[in-house]
Amino acid sequence: MHSTAHSFPENSRRALENERLQYMLRKSGTGFQDKRRRAVERLPEFEELRDQGKAIKNHVLETLDVYLEMFEAKVTEQGGRVHWCRTAAEARDTIAEICRKAGAKTVTKGKSMIAEEIAINDHLEAAGFIPIETDLGEYIIQLRKEPPSHIIAPAFHVSKEEVADAFRAAHTELPKDRPLGEPRELITEARLMLRRRFQEADVGITGANLLIAETGSTVIVTNEGNGDLTQTLPKVHVVLASIEKIVPNLEDAATVLRLLARSATGQEFSSYTTFSTGPRRPGDVDGPEEFHVVLLDNGRSALLGTEFQEVLRCIRCGACMNHCPVYGAVGGHAYGWVYPGPIGSVLDPALIGIEEAGHLPNASTFCGRCEAVCPMRIPLPKMMRHWREKEFERKLQPPAMRRGLGVWAWFARRPALYHAAAKMAIRALGRLGASKGRFASLPLAQGWTRFRDMPAPEGRTFQDLWAERRGGRRG
Amino acid sequence: MAETRTGPRVGLFVTCLVDLFRPTVGFSAVKLLEDAGCTVAVPSGQTCCGQPAFNSGDRADAAALARQTIAAFEGFDHVVVPSGSCAGMIRVHYPELLADDPAWAHRAQHLAARTHELVSFLVDVLGVTDVAARYPGAVTYHDSCSGLRELGVKAQPRALLASVDGLELRELPGAEVCCGFGGTFCVKYPEISNRMVEDKAADIAATGAGTVLAGDLGCLLNIAGKLARQGSPVKVRHVAEVLSGLAADTPAIGDTGR
Repeated sequence: MHSTAHSFPENSRRALENERLQYMLRKSGTGFQDKRRRAVERLPEFEELRDQGKAIKNHVLETLDVYLEMFEAKVTEQGGRVHWCRTAAEARDTIAEICRKAGAKTVTKGKSMIAEEIAINDHLEAAGFIPIETDLGEYIIQLRKEPPSHIIAPAFHVSKEEVADAFRAAHTELPKDRPLGEPRELITEARLMLRRRFQEADVGITGANLLIAETGSTVIVTNEGNGDLTQTLPKVHVVLASIEKIVPNLEDAATVLRLLARSATGQEFSSYTTFSTGPRRPGDVDGPEEFHVVLLDNGRSALLGTEFQEVLRCIRCGACMNHCPVYGAVGGHAYGWVYPGPIGSVLDPALIGIEEAGHLPNASTFCGRCEAVCPMRIPLPKMMRHWREKEFERKLQPPAMRRGLGVWAWFARRPALYHAAAKMAIRALGRLGASKGRFASLPLAQGWTRFRDMPAPEGRTFQDLWAERRGGRRG
Repeated sequence: MAETRTGPRVGLFVTCLVDLFRPTVGFSAVKLLEDAGCTVAVPSGQTCCGQPAFNSGDRADAAALARQTIAAFEGFDHVVVPSGSCAGMIRVHYPELLADDPAWAHRAQHLAARTHELVSFLVDVLGVTDVAARYPGAVTYHDSCSGLRELGVKAQPRALLASVDGLELRELPGAEVCCGFGGTFCVKYPEISNRMVEDKAADIAATGAGTVLAGDLGCLLNIAGKLARQGSPVKVRHVAEVLSGLAADTPAIGDTGR
């Protein structure tokens, strides 16, 4: 996916001026938050489960190579094939080659953020294939030619009227008088259209929420069942997954799944949880003839052993963005790359570089809600701060900010001088602001006073008054 | 005089914002602590906890300010801070910041263990259950993020506010949602910050309360600035001003009292 993360300030300004988007963001309000909270309240051991999930993933990340090779051996033993891909380009070429060998025309796709990461649809189209998204939200944004704005609700920003418009534009056989005003009518239309595509497909691509080393299985969760049709109907099933999705065994998978749906949508379990273990075996009633797992690194292994290793625990539930006030204000597209919200603010700089994505770890108030709800207890604010440290070390921050911070720190490290200077400055500022109690505009503080007044200081510093009260003796 | 008291010796970390903008909050803290039997001192070697540097990625200056603060506050039984954010910096982040500095790591941990946010210190450590203050009318309370999520400050201010004569507490919808201040965030991304504080102002207005309180001056300056710009009559105060009774003698934040 092409990145506009470097334009985050402009992207977010546009998002704030987009009344339709603001309406959608306000309308969705606290829906996801309320659902998650209720699900968590119903499960007394939820906090303990979070500890277990964290421990499982920490263990895996310490021994990632071992589990990945175990997984490969199992997949191979069962007649499938694992393709190791270091980069997005390698993964794209691998998948295109599989499609070519299968003589494919139509390629159906389940929802996968890795597919967005490597922009597989564009590549398949360019190679002459017809990729069709089968997750309703992904299908809608595919028709609208835009990226997802949320990792579990890709069309989060699209109103039902806009969905109807997109269907009418793309479904040329659709009679003009067929009503598409209600969600049910939209779903029926999508279902009719997609059913045909499922039957036409030669290759089905899905993502994976989990890879299980012990059994060589891949796991997806969906609420629409589209994943099952994508992977069982075509001759060839390609699983596209990043390396950190691995867990040791089925029990660990169950732990992660119990956390995933509750954190994401507030469900106890997704409607469909599908395990794929190799291609169709003799005697199986259905299933693909070929089973490929494309294992993508794309910069992840470089995070191992660094201060960013813990971000690889992420299970892509979206809870962090559902609780993020910045995401709630500007929506997902403003972030400019695949992963929006707090997880994106940590992951995107790792995958596309801090020069490109430097705004994202800065676009946080460090309010801490993301970390508070993360099922894997990823310290997201701390890692955003680590990115800011990288920026500081490499002098990537705006020079004015660096200078301002430098002057402030120089004074702050000299208490006697600091208190003397503060005493004079505050007396002056206090006199200026005394009549109104606040400033409507202040030089050097336009970022503040454009949208709010600056309350005037009371007029003396505490240290000044305290010294006076203590008769000159400092306490 | 304070020196004759026998209670715990408390060092007050004033915070730079209170020192510069709102000394009344500092004097409120002193009064509340002295009323609860503490001996309060205000070391002059303090300036800022270093959070602006820390959150801007400037670890060297942050660590220097952490060492300066640690040195200034050794020897007290407790260190008390009228801010969840600055108290969180000392309690949670100093040990992490100085973890690899053998000369300072244990001193950072020692200070962290003795440092408390003001209102939670009064309730959880000193066992204060009521205050002798009067503040007639309806107030609402915003839970500042760091105090809430780093230090668990939630029930303590509500417990003490319940003892204030004439005060009616109306819960704020979305009380746990950030107000959009976020330190340098509010000037780096002013439009987003504005959208957040607009939502906060609307929630405050919806309560119908005449005063909004919080425990962090950064949030309060942001909220007061927005409400003033909107021409709202709602008063903005630090919770300590109401608990200490000093609110009666001082104009609200951004007000002249006239």
